[in-house]
Amino acid sequence: MSDVIDTLVGIAPGSKLAAIRAQRSEARKHAQASYTSLFEPREVGGVAAYERHAIAAFVAGLHGEPKTDAFYAAKLPSGLRAAVAAEVAAAKTKGPYGHFPKGPLSTEDAPGPTWKVSEAGRKALDARLAAAFEHTHMLVFHPRDAASPALQALLDAGWSTTDIVTISQLVSFLSYQIRVVSGLSTLASTL
Amino acid sequence: MIQKTPTVKTLTPPPHTEPVVFTRDMLDWLPWIEPMAEQDMTERHLASLVDASRVKSPYFRLLARDPDVLEARTRTDKDIFYNPEAGLPRAERELAAAATSRLNGCIYCASVHARFAATYSKRVDDVQRLLDEGVGAKLDARWEAIVAASVALTALPITFGPQHIERLRTVGLDDAAIADLIGAASFFNWANRLMLSLGEPATQG
Repeated sequence: MSDVIDTLVGIAPGSKLAAIRAQRSEARKHAQASYTSLFEPREVGGVAAYERHAIAAFVAGLHGEPKTDAFYAAKLPSGLRAAVAAEVAAAKTKGPYGHFPKGPLSTEDAPGPTWKVSEAGRKALDARLAAAFEHTHMLVFHPRDAASPALQALLDAGWSTTDIVTISQLVSFLSYQIRVVSGLSTLASTL
Repeated sequence: MIQKTPTVKTLTPPPHTEPVVFTRDMLDWLPWIEPMAEQDMTERHLASLVDASRVKSPYFRLLARDPDVLEARTRTDKDIFYNPEAGLPRAERELAAAATSRLNGCIYCASVHARFAATYSKRVDDVQRLLDEGVGAKLDARWEAIVAASVALTALPITFGPQHIERLRTVGLDDAAIADLIGAASFFNWANRLMLSLGEPATQG
C-alpha cells in the first residue's frame, strides 16, 4: 500500500528502515490514515480540497524540508502555487518563539512577529484563506502565543468550529509528518 | 441592508488559576471553542475517541468534530508511546515528549509526560530539573543526547543531523530506538500545537 512517509523518505520494501517502521505498524498505518483523512476525506466538510492543499503547501514551505515541500506544492495549480511561494518567502523565520504566562517563565520569553499576509496575497488567496494562513504561521513558529482571539479571527473570517478543528489538525499533523520525514531521512543517510 | 449572519463567539473559560510554571501536577484543560455535546455524538464520533472514557474530556470531544482525523491521530499516538516491542524504553519516549513540550511551551502536555517520564524512569529529580531549567538542564549523557535530539527536531529550521544520530548511538541507542525517538518528538510537535491553540491549562482544586 502506498505510504506518503515511505515515498518522501525513499524507504524501499525490504530495507533496514522498512523493517524498523514495520515494528510500529499501527503508527505507520495511522500516520497514513491521518494523511488520507485530511487530504482525501470521506466528506470534505467546510474546508475545500484546494484550501487543504494550499495550507499544507504553506506549512511545508515554512518548514523548508525539500521533499515534503515539493510534494505539497505539486498539488496546487500554478497560480496558487506562486501565491503560496511568495507568502512563504515573506513569512519564513526561526522558531519556536513566543511568550510564556506572566511569572517566573517570563525571563524565557522570546518575542517575535505576528505575521500578516501581504496585500497581493490577500487578493490571490481570499480573506478566508488569508486568515487561515495567518493562524498557520502562529501554529508553526510560535504556538505558545496562541490565545482565544486567534480563534475568533478564524470564526470572523467564516470558518466554523469544526473547520477550525480540521485546519488545526492539518497544520499540526504536518508538523509531525515533516519531522518524521526529516528525522528518518537523516537516519537513512547513516545506515 | 443585508443582515449579516452573527458570527460564533469563542468561549470564555470559567474563573480558574493559570499555571505559570512547568509542573508535574495534574492540570485541567479549558477549551476556547465548543466541544461536541455528549448527546449529539454519533456512533462514529464515539468510536473516534478510541477509549470510551475520553467522552468526559472536553479536549477529545472538541477533536471528535473531525472524527476520522482524531481516530487516526490517537492510534498513531498509542503505538508510538505504548508499543512495548523493542526500540526506546517507555520512560525515554516520554522524556522526548516532555522535552519537546518544554521547548514549545506546552505546560499541559509537559505536565502529563513529565509525570510519565518520572514514573517509568524513577528519576524524579532529573525530570523536574528539565521542567525547571528547560532543555539545557544537566541530566546524564544519555538523557542529554535524547533531549538534544528532540530539540533539534522541534527547532525551525529543523537542525537534526547525522551528529545527533552519532551521539545517540554513542549513548547506546540502536536504530529502532532512534526511530522511536524521532516518532515521539515529532508526535509532540503535533500534540503541542493542538493543546496550545484550542484552549488553556488550569490548575486543579
